[in-house]
Amino acid sequence: MPLDKLDTQLILKDAKRELAQPQRRLFAKQLLTLGGLSLLTGCTLTDQASVNAMLRRISRFNDRVQSWLFDPAQLAPTYPESMITRPFPFNAYYDIDQVPDVDAASYTLHLSGLVKGQRAWRLDELRALPQTSQVTRLICVEGWSAIGKWGGVTFADFLRRADADTTARYVSFRCADDYSTSIDMPTALHPQTLLTLTYDGQVLPPKYGFPMKLRMPTKLGFKNPKHIVAIDVTNTFPGGYWEDQGYNWFAGS
Amino acid sequence: MAGLIHPLWLRITHWLNALAVVVMIASGWQIYNASPLFGEVRFPEQVTLGGWLAGALLWHFAAMWLLATTLLLYVVLGLASGRLRSKLWPLSLRGAARDLRAALRGELDHSDLGRYNMVQRVCYAAVVVDLVLLLLSGLVLWKSVQFPLLRDLMGGYDSARVVHFFAMLFLVGFIAIHVFMSLLVPRALLSMIRGA
Repeated sequence: MPLDKLDTQLILKDAKRELAQPQRRLFAKQLLTLGGLSLLTGCTLTDQASVNAMLRRISRFNDRVQSWLFDPAQLAPTYPESMITRPFPFNAYYDIDQVPDVDAASYTLHLSGLVKGQRAWRLDELRALPQTSQVTRLICVEGWSAIGKWGGVTFADFLRRADADTTARYVSFRCADDYSTSIDMPTALHPQTLLTLTYDGQVLPPKYGFPMKLRMPTKLGFKNPKHIVAIDVTNTFPGGYWEDQGYNWFAGS
Repeated sequence: MAGLIHPLWLRITHWLNALAVVVMIASGWQIYNASPLFGEVRFPEQVTLGGWLAGALLWHFAAMWLLATTLLLYVVLGLASGRLRSKLWPLSLRGAARDLRAALRGELDHSDLGRYNMVQRVCYAAVVVDLVLLLLSGLVLWKSVQFPLLRDLMGGYDSARVVHFFAMLFLVGFIAIHVFMSLLVPRALLSMIRGA
């Protein structure tokens, strides 16, 4: 039987049956409307605040899933120096001409919170600590990635030297460019988490975070703060510049 | 229930999955626009979800749970009930080509909606595989350090993005044809709603 004829008959048969069942017809019609879908975009029809609240709750749930998935012994891949992305992209919440100018001589890193040891660190003291370097991939929350070489002090090592309470939940960072972010303690203690003072063998240039950037290949780029001036060890959830605006807090990779 | 083309569990997983897929694609397009893989290829703002990158990410990483759950239920229940095998097996690409020609000539029989022609079988099986591929490549993009084996299977982080993108394109193509066909044969659409 030709397609059109067949369907005409079948549609008519359906229509007759539907007419006999008005409540089912109504139900089907409502299901079919795009209104049902547009409700979920949260643009106009629903209460935007409650939709956002629900999404934020799921994001906090995703934080817990990620912290559960996080394996402290799992290392991010490292690459040969020949694979370094040149030039390595500059990225911040401002343009490159607004990069802060931090004075090396007067610079002091301040520690606060659950820290028993030295709370003020000069740049030469940080440079005197054992240094290491690694070539890793930085993955941006936007999706792009780039490979770079960072050198500095293993952050776990630094926290222990400062006699920080490594059973605390969070480490938060304040930066010379008014940026802030915070991380979970297991990531802070990850062997590849570096308090970096150099980039590609040179003193960390201002565009990459002079005098110091925390580099974590297990976190997305925006979790890697630059120009750090203060570190706080705390059990109170600290949030951060982008996190407070809706970006996922854990943001691990 | 006798005479039921689609059991209730199938209709529920189908529509929840459809909802998840729409949210995933619309928010995924917004995420894509933040850093396009292919320079000039961008998705119009009007068809994206989330408003900006953070909003889109919130939607994407919320709807992923619905997508994974409905897909898992669909596959598990489909295997356990024998439905996947009885409806989609055996698959034949030659049969699909034959049925496709028949369909284009308007000679394909749609009288028994409970029996899938070979084009349908191949498409439905392929889209399930495609959804699994989307989930796995998405897992690499989300947690590339934590899943090294999966990351290597995808050829690394950057190529997982490419896999994710083309798997999305395949899904969009499937949806376009699927929706078009269901409008062409409205009874198929109704049966996915009311079962019979």
